[in-house]
Amino acid sequence: MNMPFTMPALAPIMPEIMLVCVALILIIVDLLYPRNRELLSLFTLFAGVGLIALLFKQQPASTFGNMFIVDPYSIFFKVICLLGMLMTTLLSGRYLEIEKIRNGEYYSLMMFSVVGMMIMVSGADLIVIYLGLELMALSVYCLVGLLKDDVRANEASIKYFLMGGFSSAILLFGISLLYGMTGTTDLAGIAKYCSETGIMSNPALITGFALVISGFCFKVAAAPFHFWTPDIYQGAPTSITAFMSVAPKAAGFAVFGRFLMVGFPELHPQWGTIIGFIALLSMAVGNIIALSQTNIKRMLAYSSIAHAGYALLGLLSGTSEGYSATMTYMFIYAFMNMGAFAIVILLCSKGNRRESLEDYKGLAKSNPIAALLMLIFMFSLTGIPPTAGFIGKFYLLKSALAAGYTYTVLIAVIFSAISAYFYLRLVRYMYMEDPSEEFVVQYSPGLTAALALSTIGVLGMGIIPGTVLNIASKSLIGF
Amino acid sequence: MIPLSWYMVLAAILFSIGTYGFLVRRNIIIMFLSIELMLNAVNLNLIAMSHYMDSLVGQTFTFFIITVAASEAAIGLGLVIVLFRNKKTVYVDNINELKG
Repeated sequence: MNMPFTMPALAPIMPEIMLVCVALILIIVDLLYPRNRELLSLFTLFAGVGLIALLFKQQPASTFGNMFIVDPYSIFFKVICLLGMLMTTLLSGRYLEIEKIRNGEYYSLMMFSVVGMMIMVSGADLIVIYLGLELMALSVYCLVGLLKDDVRANEASIKYFLMGGFSSAILLFGISLLYGMTGTTDLAGIAKYCSETGIMSNPALITGFALVISGFCFKVAAAPFHFWTPDIYQGAPTSITAFMSVAPKAAGFAVFGRFLMVGFPELHPQWGTIIGFIALLSMAVGNIIALSQTNIKRMLAYSSIAHAGYALLGLLSGTSEGYSATMTYMFIYAFMNMGAFAIVILLCSKGNRRESLEDYKGLAKSNPIAALLMLIFMFSLTGIPPTAGFIGKFYLLKSALAAGYTYTVLIAVIFSAISAYFYLRLVRYMYMEDPSEEFVVQYSPGLTAALALSTIGVLGMGIIPGTVLNIASKSLIGF
Repeated sequence: MIPLSWYMVLAAILFSIGTYGFLVRRNIIIMFLSIELMLNAVNLNLIAMSHYMDSLVGQTFTFFIITVAASEAAIGLGLVIVLFRNKKTVYVDNINELKG
């Protein structure tokens, strides 16, 4: 058989190719100039900024037989992932020094994982989505286990690896059923089949759909598939925890959204109920278990489960208003969570990680600026105006309300009020307790930049809320 | 000719055995093998469907899955070795530093 072969257009996939090249160059640079961490982080920063600039110039296009598409929706999420990488790089310098991580592959692994995310948010075909997802996950497994002598990091990476592999297998089985029933792995093709034939009479198709949804819920850490999150967030190096809580989550939501919106738009009444249930369960689990945590990384892990629940409210509504609310929320969440983790890193010093909530007692007396910034991030995570967290939550709840999910919104508001207890408890510790030990934090240039960036993001989007939402809703046109 | 549904049932059984093994066994290597079994159930499903539908997509997908599973094995076994150096165990019940 003689098959014609034409080279696919490479222009749409150029940012990914360039990032892979930079990641490979970093490995060589590390080989030639060992122990030169600043050089590697500078490379990463330049690559990140350059790619964001490049992404803004990209025209909507598709390549590889419509398997890989570039549209404003994917560009929006790619920018979030790159921002996550940039901020993590800013945070990392200081943390790597404290933890004595000398591995040069730290930055290249992070880049490979961002490449994976960029591929999966652009994927219009389940094969491409799966490949991007695995590239992202495999790199993050290594990053979590980077502290080779730390038993907790070993445990976290093994747990993450096993749970990740298990969830991928579930996702794949779902994909194989979807392929077998519809005859295609293309999301638009699946939608076409479903609208022509109907899905409700086909149990295998419904099983496949449910398995894929469970796989995605694993990836975005939504209950009841959240069990891995707290352990891994606690055991991983803090800079990687910050990265994991922002970038892979955003990419997961991008794929989740595309899968529901492009693949199964007509089933909205059915999956709306399921997503609503998952969203409420995530909020319940995240917010209630977070009340009893004493470790700040664990608390932020449960808070991230709860935030996955809030972000699902936007998908639940199934309207473009809801999707743009979720997109805006992921953008805002990147800033506020990165800010909170920057403070966690700021507090740690050699031999004392200061990850317990007790360590925050009296922080306002010894380090007023750090305490004030943490206060802003905690207010934003709670959703108190004038921070961005309030705006994000407001749009999400509004869109779900407009779609008619009144009770879901009511319960979500109640859980949001519960979450104020544990976020503001930290604020109380900082401002109303006496310090148990006096210490002065050291600001490094990278940390200062990360803190400044996230503070500007959180306050800026809180005071001038329209901009990001406008971009998000514009990027949904023609979807 | 063997009907497609037989292959699908076989794949579903293999997948269930894999899931059961993952949930019940406590040795990390065996848990990992169970994941591989689940992936091979998927491969079987894809190849059978691809053959019956006369479409090559499923077979192509299988190659990708085999490749990814190989790299996953490399990373997973590496992580197990690192763990074993520190803890001298490959049983998940013995690794319980993180809880709360």
